[in-house]
Amino acid sequence: MASFFEKLKSSLVKTKNNFSGKIDQLINYSGIYNDDFFDELEEILILADIGYESSSEIISKTRAIIARDNITDKKEVKNTIKEIIKEILKRGEDFKDIETPAVILVVGVNGVGKTTTIAKLANMYKKEGKNVILAAGDTFRAAAVEQLEIWAQRVGVEIIKNDRGADPSSVIYDALQAAKSRKADILICDTAGRLHNKDNLMNELSKMNKIINNESVHFSVYNYLVLDATSGTNAISQANVFNEVTRLDGIILTKLDGSAKGGIIIPIKALYDIPVKYVGVGEGMDDIQIFDPDDFAEILFE
Amino acid sequence: MVFEGLSSKLQDTFKKLRGKGKLSEKDIKEASREIKIALLEADVNFKVVKDFVKKINDRSMGAEVLESLTPGQQVIKIVNEELTALMGNTPKKLTYSPGGLTSIMLVGLQGAGKTTTAGKLANQIKTDNKKTLLVACDVYRPAAIKQLQVIGEQLKTDVFADLEEKSPVKIAEKAMKFARERFFDVVIFDTAGRLHIDETLMDELLQIKKIVSPKEIILNIDAMTGQEAVNVAEAFNEKIELTGVILTKLDGDTRGGAALSVTSVTGKPILFIGTGEKLTDLEVFYPDRMASRILGMGDVLSLIEKAQANFDEKKAYELQEKIKKQTFTLDDFKDQLKQMRSMGSMKDLMEMIPGAGKKALKGIDIDEKEFDRQEAIINSMTKDERVHPQIINASRRKRIAAGSGTRVQDVNKLLNGFEQSRKMMKQLSGLNNKKHGKFKFPFM
Repeated sequence: MASFFEKLKSSLVKTKNNFSGKIDQLINYSGIYNDDFFDELEEILILADIGYESSSEIISKTRAIIARDNITDKKEVKNTIKEIIKEILKRGEDFKDIETPAVILVVGVNGVGKTTTIAKLANMYKKEGKNVILAAGDTFRAAAVEQLEIWAQRVGVEIIKNDRGADPSSVIYDALQAAKSRKADILICDTAGRLHNKDNLMNELSKMNKIINNESVHFSVYNYLVLDATSGTNAISQANVFNEVTRLDGIILTKLDGSAKGGIIIPIKALYDIPVKYVGVGEGMDDIQIFDPDDFAEILFE
Repeated sequence: MVFEGLSSKLQDTFKKLRGKGKLSEKDIKEASREIKIALLEADVNFKVVKDFVKKINDRSMGAEVLESLTPGQQVIKIVNEELTALMGNTPKKLTYSPGGLTSIMLVGLQGAGKTTTAGKLANQIKTDNKKTLLVACDVYRPAAIKQLQVIGEQLKTDVFADLEEKSPVKIAEKAMKFARERFFDVVIFDTAGRLHIDETLMDELLQIKKIVSPKEIILNIDAMTGQEAVNVAEAFNEKIELTGVILTKLDGDTRGGAALSVTSVTGKPILFIGTGEKLTDLEVFYPDRMASRILGMGDVLSLIEKAQANFDEKKAYELQEKIKKQTFTLDDFKDQLKQMRSMGSMKDLMEMIPGAGKKALKGIDIDEKEFDRQEAIINSMTKDERVHPQIINASRRKRIAAGSGTRVQDVNKLLNGFEQSRKMMKQLSGLNNKKHGKFKFPFM
């Protein structure tokens, strides 16, 4: 696997021009760190979807450090902001790989890229020599099962499915039984996209989660939330509600090959301490990378 | 619920203003700041917020506000007007080519909901009596074509697909020929999701545009998109010149900043909003109504339209007669429940009522299942019982509860409620006959 840094660097070029370019411009053209400076910094942070609250936190910390250490050097000012963002992203524990045999439940709102992400995960684990099974738990959207089926064929893994309209919990149950009897290393469960404010759909998810947890003697259970890097502050509310319904073990941030910065993970990390596990950087099977907070911040500021 | 957070924040700000007999410059500055934060937290684009707040500030400092007896109200009025202007003032309709074939292109990022929207749009266009063809141009995403075919089947709308052809441009060409030969009125092209920074794929859109010469090129934007929404809209607009926007997934709890930014930045109107997963969940976008809803001023017009669209005129008349003659039975009660439900969720409906702001509705958790239960209870009654509820004694109540999977208390509650509304109707119909003229029943 190419390093997170290299692969992401090329995909973040456009991003860089937005965020780091603006920061550079701001720092290079203003020698004094007064209210105007911080107002503009706030603007840049908010434009990166970091949100009002976290932007304020970053700014007040920057302000305090600059005053305390009497920083005047431009490079050091930039570094200070970078380190504050890094600190937020690095809270909590470091990346840990899953323990097999494992069940991964992949959840998220509509259109964030759950199915594609599952294909990428399956491909990654298969390359590591793991025996992977997929469960087609999106029985709602038209042709969702077919979409996962095509991916399963391409990756070369088995898929457990039922007809469209079937109870997704029953698909998950069947898949769990299959994973047990075939001694699979990893079962990855797709689910239908659901908006987190729809109680009935969240109840359905909770039921799937329960069925998986019933088998937790046989498997380690992981719940991953897929977030679209283009989303705004609504992602905070997504992380909050999904975390309440299915205790989340990680976030997968998709579509980072676009021009959006995924700044939204900063407030999410600050508020709920859910680790970002992987990032999606393209439509191909190999376009998935382990998330590294240091690299992420470095690239943002390079 | 649309704009939840934004609404409650703005309502808080206004509450403070309303209480004041006179507004100082400081009050207005403070309110402007609060409005700014509320908008930013709702993902409204930073530049749009700046302009907006400046306008509010300038206008509020003017004589019309400071000299007014109700300055707070004046500020709210200004915010309402500016919000409406931000979203484009007047609603815009789909335009069809006069005589001949109208083609519509749907474009957008991955996962914006283009394929689902294509189906919803086809369903909407049906009501204009047009023969519609859906064209599957997404050759990239696995099973995207199949998805459109399934949607077409559900809608009984024709879908053009060519599984052998790998070029979307060629598919578009063939589809146009197909549509002309078979005298279709409207062709909707479902294109693949693409990043606005992907030159190759953006060029492909331009080529499709040249071939189908679309009357409408509509950008689909996920309402949950962040600050990037305006860049996306601008990039698509520059490349292929959009004619409008459809905002999708507005049934989430998004604060909908994209809605407030996109029109103001690109000058392209929002044509429709997607409000659910069903193929009927597409609504015309009204900037003025949306502004009132955001400000917690209710949206009576939409409520009335919803009622009109869902109430069966004849049934309503029958019911009115029954009320007059006081022969309203539990069966009628059940019909009423059904009709109410067909209008959408109770909570959404209540939000459209002026004064029923987010604050007022907070904590009121309407259990939508309650309606199901009530229906089940009535279904478990005999015909005789439905007409003469007074014969339902204790043992019948037990039977009904068992039959409907509820408790005897629930049955009692329903019967009491029914009795009460019967009494109320008696009084109302009495009133009616005297002076109030015709009593429109649906709004009991």
